[in-house]
Amino acid sequence: MDLRFTAAELALRDEIRAFIRDRLPDDIRERMRLGYAPRKEDTVRWQRILNERGWAAFNWPRDYGGPGWTPVERMIFLEENQLAPAPEVSSFNITMIGPVLIQFGTEEQKRRFLPRAANIDDWWCQGFSEPGAGSDLAALKTAAKREGDHYVVNGQKIWTSTAHHADWCFCLVRTDPAAKKRQEGISFLLIDMKTPGITVRPIVSIDGSHHLNEVFFDDVRVPVAMRVGEENRGWDVAKYLLGHERTGIARLGKSKERVTFAREKAREVRANGRPLIEDPAFRLRVAQLEVDIKALEITQFRVVSDYAKKEAGKPDPLSSALKIKGTELLQATTELAMDVGGPLAMPDWAQELEALSNEPELGPAWASEATKSYLFLRAASIYGGTNEIQKNILTKAVLGL
Amino acid sequence: MNFDLSDEQRLLRDAVDRLLADHYGFAQRRSYLAEPEGWSKSLWSRYAEQGLLGLPFAEEYGGFGGGAIETMLVMEAFGRVLALEPYLATVVLSGTALSLAGSEAQKSAILPPVAEGRMTLAFAHGERQARYDLTDVLTTARPTAGGWVLDGAKSVVAHGGGADRLIVSARIAGERDDPDGIGLFLVDAEANGLARRSYPMRDGTQAAEIALHAVEVARDDLLGEPGAALPIIERVVEAGIAASSAEAIGAMEAMHAMTLEYLKTRQQFGKPIGQNQALQHRAAEMLIALEEGRSMAMLAAMMVEEPDPAERARNIAMAKIGVGQASRFVAQNAIQLHGGIGMTEEYAVGHYFRRVMVIEHMFGDPTYHLSRLAEQVQ
Repeated sequence: MDLRFTAAELALRDEIRAFIRDRLPDDIRERMRLGYAPRKEDTVRWQRILNERGWAAFNWPRDYGGPGWTPVERMIFLEENQLAPAPEVSSFNITMIGPVLIQFGTEEQKRRFLPRAANIDDWWCQGFSEPGAGSDLAALKTAAKREGDHYVVNGQKIWTSTAHHADWCFCLVRTDPAAKKRQEGISFLLIDMKTPGITVRPIVSIDGSHHLNEVFFDDVRVPVAMRVGEENRGWDVAKYLLGHERTGIARLGKSKERVTFAREKAREVRANGRPLIEDPAFRLRVAQLEVDIKALEITQFRVVSDYAKKEAGKPDPLSSALKIKGTELLQATTELAMDVGGPLAMPDWAQELEALSNEPELGPAWASEATKSYLFLRAASIYGGTNEIQKNILTKAVLGL
Repeated sequence: MNFDLSDEQRLLRDAVDRLLADHYGFAQRRSYLAEPEGWSKSLWSRYAEQGLLGLPFAEEYGGFGGGAIETMLVMEAFGRVLALEPYLATVVLSGTALSLAGSEAQKSAILPPVAEGRMTLAFAHGERQARYDLTDVLTTARPTAGGWVLDGAKSVVAHGGGADRLIVSARIAGERDDPDGIGLFLVDAEANGLARRSYPMRDGTQAAEIALHAVEVARDDLLGEPGAALPIIERVVEAGIAASSAEAIGAMEAMHAMTLEYLKTRQQFGKPIGQNQALQHRAAEMLIALEEGRSMAMLAAMMVEEPDPAERARNIAMAKIGVGQASRFVAQNAIQLHGGIGMTEEYAVGHYFRRVMVIEHMFGDPTYHLSRLAEQVQ
């Protein structure tokens, strides 16, 4: 047993760290440091810089334009990128549709979509959830009827993150409503968001942002060539997508970065007549978070080093534990940052700023953004399979109950 | 980064598991508790035969040169069966003190008989007023012509009553809480002026109060440099934390397995209670706590030999907190999910509960270590 990284891994970490330090544009770094969610342009700009270096598609094999890294190397990359802090690469492009096309796509699909996904020339979104199909994804109803060499798609998707930015959507649709098992009548389609009949309607979330959408499909014609995998076998594709490489799911670098940021700001604000950083209750909270981060970090090391051994195998069921604990920490650390802001974290400055742009600065942006991420990240324990669903998975896959 | 065991380590783990499977059923354990020592002397000899009692000692003293990972494997196995023998006290705590601070003569005199199972030891450091503070030593050591005279009292010394020799800390110089001025002494348990009062802990393991009235100790029985024992004591405690954390993981594994079995078999409302989602999720949370705890116990073992003292102390403290909190969660829920039967003395789960409870309160509990870590937050 050995906790240490190899010399090659350490060298790669230093290389990545130096690259991010030198190449991450200052304006993006500053926004990220203050806790802003990355803008579309920020994500695109940074992902293209990474792609130039061959790192954007960090989990793809070399043959498809990825760096061909081991699971440990991928983990190192993700952590360095989060610690910087830099915008994370598009998960829809890189960890979802990329690996799906590499595994199931036709040569034509791979040739057409993979390089553009890596370079984020296409912005992808995910059309899975529906009003009646959330955790119970197989209940989805959006219908695709075959008409010659097209499918005609009708129905509705919901919670579609960044659909309003998206050029393409990978979508689960029902192609056989009569299938004996619900899972057996589903297909996986790639849909051009410019196709006539698609309407995107914003859903404003409790943080005030427009990130989520409803997407309506009204007689949308999708070429059969845009189906991934066999007809009615889309569930296998979806399962692969959801189970593939979930080791990045804990987003520990992000939680670490938030604690570092909160400690930094706690030196600037006061509580009981002294810097907040000297407050015993605050310190205790930080210490506990650091212990929890350490416990998850070592657990993640165990899962990743195990994964490295059985690369082609099934995902480790413990990745559900990583998802649960990782999102709990993400929530707890953004909560900490908000609490450091205190009363100045509570005003919603956004509208004021728009209306009175020549007034002096209101509260500190970081405090307001901390609250925004706190609110936004309530979703972390809901998306990607709710934490309760993850416990169901553990119950079945590990406990055998 | 690598979490695999070597072939030798796997063999060791399997051999210990086999030995304990044959000799440590719950009923057998009850009979060992009833023996005069409160543990099994015959099993102690078996441990010696299998090389466990000299596992971490250097080869020239009859040992096998094992490291903290080997100790972790043995302690996990002990935890799974709630072994009662004084392994932690003798081999881990006292063995570490001797290995780190002992002279050639001291090591040659003591480690071989320990490895052969002919001598047990206890590490007598804690005092009544000290709680978890390692520097709070009031017991005194006065120099005399022939050596030292010890006066004072040691409290809740694990296996202190039955040990053949004690390693006693005493203040040679300085005031209470002074990090300098503490010495470690090898004291014969039968020495004049030494009185021991043995009692069982809440988990059935043995401990003792030890009173020292003008106990004479030879000059050669000072361990290490006079007055410079604190760094040694800290390393002994770190080794103790790593080993007892592994033991707690073994106990948590057993509690989790027992609880799962119960959830699958106990019927209420015409179905196994494990079909209730409230209980399933609790069991899943126990699993997560167990696995995160296991990660922390591995961290502690891998840090015992870390050369940077601050790094070592910080990581081992984090592990102690993590394992302690995880064991409390697993143990409390193990009883809760068993319902009434979990409350009974005759059922095993309550014994495991009490073992991890006692371990949690050794070497500083999670709140104690958390507060120390908190002081370093900046």
